[in-house]
Amino acid sequence: MGNPMKIRAAVKDGVTEVKILMQHEMETGLRKDADGTLVPAWFITEVKAQYQGRTVLETQFGQSISKNPYLLFRFKGGAAGEKITVSWVDNKGDTRSDEVTIAA
Amino acid sequence: MNNSNVIKLIPLLVLATSCAATAAESEISDSDRIAQYREMISDGNPADFDEMRGEALWKTVAGPKQASLEKCDLGKGAGVVKGVYTELPRYFKDTGKVQDLESRLLTCMTTLQGIPEEEIAAKPFASEKKASDISSLATYVVGQSKGIKMAVSTKHPQAKEAYEIGKRIFNYRAGPYDFACSTCHATSNVRIRMQDLPNLNVRKDAQAAYANWPAYRVSQGLTRSFQWRLNDCFRQQRFPEPKFASEATVALTMFLAVSANGGEYAGPGLKR
Repeated sequence: MGNPMKIRAAVKDGVTEVKILMQHEMETGLRKDADGTLVPAWFITEVKAQYQGRTVLETQFGQSISKNPYLLFRFKGGAAGEKITVSWVDNKGDTRSDEVTIAA
Repeated sequence: MNNSNVIKLIPLLVLATSCAATAAESEISDSDRIAQYREMISDGNPADFDEMRGEALWKTVAGPKQASLEKCDLGKGAGVVKGVYTELPRYFKDTGKVQDLESRLLTCMTTLQGIPEEEIAAKPFASEKKASDISSLATYVVGQSKGIKMAVSTKHPQAKEAYEIGKRIFNYRAGPYDFACSTCHATSNVRIRMQDLPNLNVRKDAQAAYANWPAYRVSQGLTRSFQWRLNDCFRQQRFPEPKFASEATVALTMFLAVSANGGEYAGPGLKR
């Protein structure tokens, strides 16, 4: 299982803003290490956010995303005190899922 | 799943800047753009993860003596971390030396936990392959001083002496390039490539520069400590590599910290 994410979410005027900081190496697979051997690709391929069982964000990630990626998105709706679940999957099949309560 | 509610995106990093250059945009200077970029990413500083790692290490029993660092005295009493960074470096009675945060952590790790100094000092900086405990601990401690004003004292004669030595090192020209810290950091309104160079003889510049170290370096994917910063400055000047937590590096830190006095500490920072 991957390392925990840091997620913050707040609702304002009926729009919920979600900020996600993920911990991941995000190796491109194109980089060589000091000995000249290729560092195998290792990156997040999908990120999904769910609110009350409904998918509010679904994205595909690739090699061009930086290490420890930061993602911000907004969606209509959402209520303070309710929960949002964010999860990612990487190309090795590893996953991580974290939950956050929406702040007012 | 209700598909109409699904927002599908190609990775939309907030960092991504718009390609379309409008007339208004062209008036924005490079340093404004850097400031804009910093603001955008400041919300998601990966140094937070290093802070968390450091906090766990602070509380974890380790070393031959099987102790945590919760009894470590960083200047405000055993175990106090809140605000200590704003008063470091300082003179410590027990060691009889002026110490910065990292040299003090080194003292605590050797005395409280019994970890040999050579073992810590051999690899004191984080690398791509291996995190550094002492560096993560420093990240945690500085985070507890966020928003507090720098107030480093030179009252003690040894602290005063360290400050004077640090000032001399700052202005000391040497090495194959005949370089000094002051070569790049004693002139206002100059830059190297896209980066504005702070004039560390000007209080406002010194405060802004000091307030943001240690920092997460996006280009390196690592949180860098202040000792690392100085070590790399020496490398850039083509000086011999300074010893980790040595008297010279502490003295230079003393000079820079005192120059930043009165400024609000804002670290751990975030650098490109």
